[in-house]
Amino acid sequence: MISILVNLVAAACTFGTVLMFGTLGEILTEKSGNLNLGVEGIVFMGGAFGLAGAYSYEALVGVGNSNAFVAILIAIISAFLAGAVASALFSFLTITLRANQNVTGLALTILGTGVAKFTGEYMRHKVGGFVTLSNPLKEAFAFIPMPAFLQNIPIIGKILFSQTFFFYLAVILAVIMHLFFQKTKTGLYLRSVGESPVTADAAGINMTRYRYLATIIGGGISAIGGMVYVMTTGGCTWNEHSLAGIGWLAVALVIFCMWKPLNVLWGAVLFGALKIMYMRLVLPFFPTELYKILPYVVTVIVLIITSMRNSRDKQPPASLGLNYFREDR
Amino acid sequence: MSDDIRKAPLVRLAKRDAMDPKKAWTIRVGSIICALILGCIPILITGVNPVAAYGVILKGSLGTSFYLKQTIKLAIPLLGTALAIAPCFKMRFWNIGGEGQITAGAIGASFFAIYFAKSMPHVLLLILMMAAAAIVGGIWAMIPGFFKAKYNTNETLFTLMMNYIAIGIVAWLQGGPWEGRKGTQQIPLFDKNAYLPTVFGIHIGWIIVLVLVVLVHIYMNYTKQGYEVAVIGDSVNTARYAGMNVGWIMVRTMLVSGAICGIVGFILVSGQNKTITSNVANGVGFTAITVAWLGHLNAFAMIAISLILAILEMGSSYLQQVLGVPSAISEIVSGILLMCMLGCEFFINYQMIFRSRKEEVKA
Repeated sequence: MISILVNLVAAACTFGTVLMFGTLGEILTEKSGNLNLGVEGIVFMGGAFGLAGAYSYEALVGVGNSNAFVAILIAIISAFLAGAVASALFSFLTITLRANQNVTGLALTILGTGVAKFTGEYMRHKVGGFVTLSNPLKEAFAFIPMPAFLQNIPIIGKILFSQTFFFYLAVILAVIMHLFFQKTKTGLYLRSVGESPVTADAAGINMTRYRYLATIIGGGISAIGGMVYVMTTGGCTWNEHSLAGIGWLAVALVIFCMWKPLNVLWGAVLFGALKIMYMRLVLPFFPTELYKILPYVVTVIVLIITSMRNSRDKQPPASLGLNYFREDR
Repeated sequence: MSDDIRKAPLVRLAKRDAMDPKKAWTIRVGSIICALILGCIPILITGVNPVAAYGVILKGSLGTSFYLKQTIKLAIPLLGTALAIAPCFKMRFWNIGGEGQITAGAIGASFFAIYFAKSMPHVLLLILMMAAAAIVGGIWAMIPGFFKAKYNTNETLFTLMMNYIAIGIVAWLQGGPWEGRKGTQQIPLFDKNAYLPTVFGIHIGWIIVLVLVVLVHIYMNYTKQGYEVAVIGDSVNTARYAGMNVGWIMVRTMLVSGAICGIVGFILVSGQNKTITSNVANGVGFTAITVAWLGHLNAFAMIAISLILAILEMGSSYLQQVLGVPSAISEIVSGILLMCMLGCEFFINYQMIFRSRKEEVKA
């Protein structure tokens, strides 16, 4: 029984890693007051371009000559850039041109999934078959950076120390973001922009720059999530159907975590567990399909409870989803 | 004095009062043309002549009466859902749960199609299916509306979550209580008795939707309820001051919106798919939001927008067959189109005032 549970949690961490990137990126975006509903499209683009980056690197230097470290770095950078470009487009439309954020985000989802599917399809067409990485590189992406003696600790070793490199990267990122929001002046300014742009503007904070930067970097981080999914769970090949829904789950998780980066660490694992539980823990009286909606039901409940209690520190950024125009009253 | 002027920004923005409608539409049409030109880039990447590709898209969506019918079938749910969303958006209530409300309505309609198809006359069955769809869809939408009114719960995120819950319930029905042959994970096709009749070769969903266009137009522009919605959209405080019961109006508007979405769900299961699957809405709820917004919440403008998107979607699948361009091109081009049209509104609503010599002299 314990081994089943340990396996479940370990697998939940694997899927949770994907969600961590997606969610952390969106938290950064939403803290600036931008509600980017294009995460779904951004995650798709991250997946497609991350794979495309690593694949073309390998094709360029020749299979066998590739360096694992460089390949991972290229995958991360190309995914990040894809997400950053997409979010830059979103920022330009909503911040500079003041288009409605909800509608623009949805348009970005349509555009992003389209571009990603097109890229995946185009690669398949170009190669004339299956686009996948060579086996050594696949292993590199699944590499566990922890030493063997840590991995061998019972229970904890399997859960905490047997994860891929990306898991630890996400954990570090969450801690950095927490410190950034809570301990730095820039973080404070960023939060003030999301809470009350009028006040921030009056205090001389360059609202436009903060929103642009937070949205673009946040989009880049979200996109890495898509790449991690393709490279770990997705088996280093392009499958547009398996990526669907991850971005929306990340949006849900942002609410569940109450816009706090440290909550993402356990929130993502919990959502990951809920998402894969139907495969691992079959209860005779509970239909598996209903497992899959648990994350969303839980999010709704959290949303309702926080709005009912109306406590000050557990609220969305006050101006979330609203554009700012200085001459508006 | 000249120092002050140098400090003035190079460009500053001001809201325009109202642009000449002719000029505004010129800008909008210009942005569509601009989008179509940008859409050439991905087509060029695949090595296909863009002009030929657009020709193929038009041929594959309007060329024969069969393709034309398919295109109209794609446009029907888009238009219907856009109509449903319009009153909510007018109220600045960001209902992005069209997807879930369509699915919930589809569940309601399917219930009658599955259990009562053999024991009821055709017309009565269809009326019951439609009523059930409207009620279930309406209730599904009312839930977030109620919490928004009562506790100010964020409606964007709430309606979004409700989508996945509705879709999950259908997935469960598909593999559980409503499953046809065991192990198929499919709900069998409905009995013929539950099919929508066809007029001119297309199920009468198109007539229902066109009637809805007129009804929604009247509702939003010529009724007291529509007026209340518009006032809340402009200023909640004004509405309160005028003695309107804002919470109730929100719930009521969501009920109307969800009911129309539910009817779209009914059209989809009874006219289009003849059964219900978990992806019955298939993204329509999201795309319809952009249709509604780009149509400026004007019911008649939405007809054109939904047709344009349907032409792109239908034409691209033909494009893939003929020229081998991935059909995802339709999503790219519609994405670019939406973004260009969203962006162009800026030039209609705002004007850029450049720092000029004239002002310097005046100062």
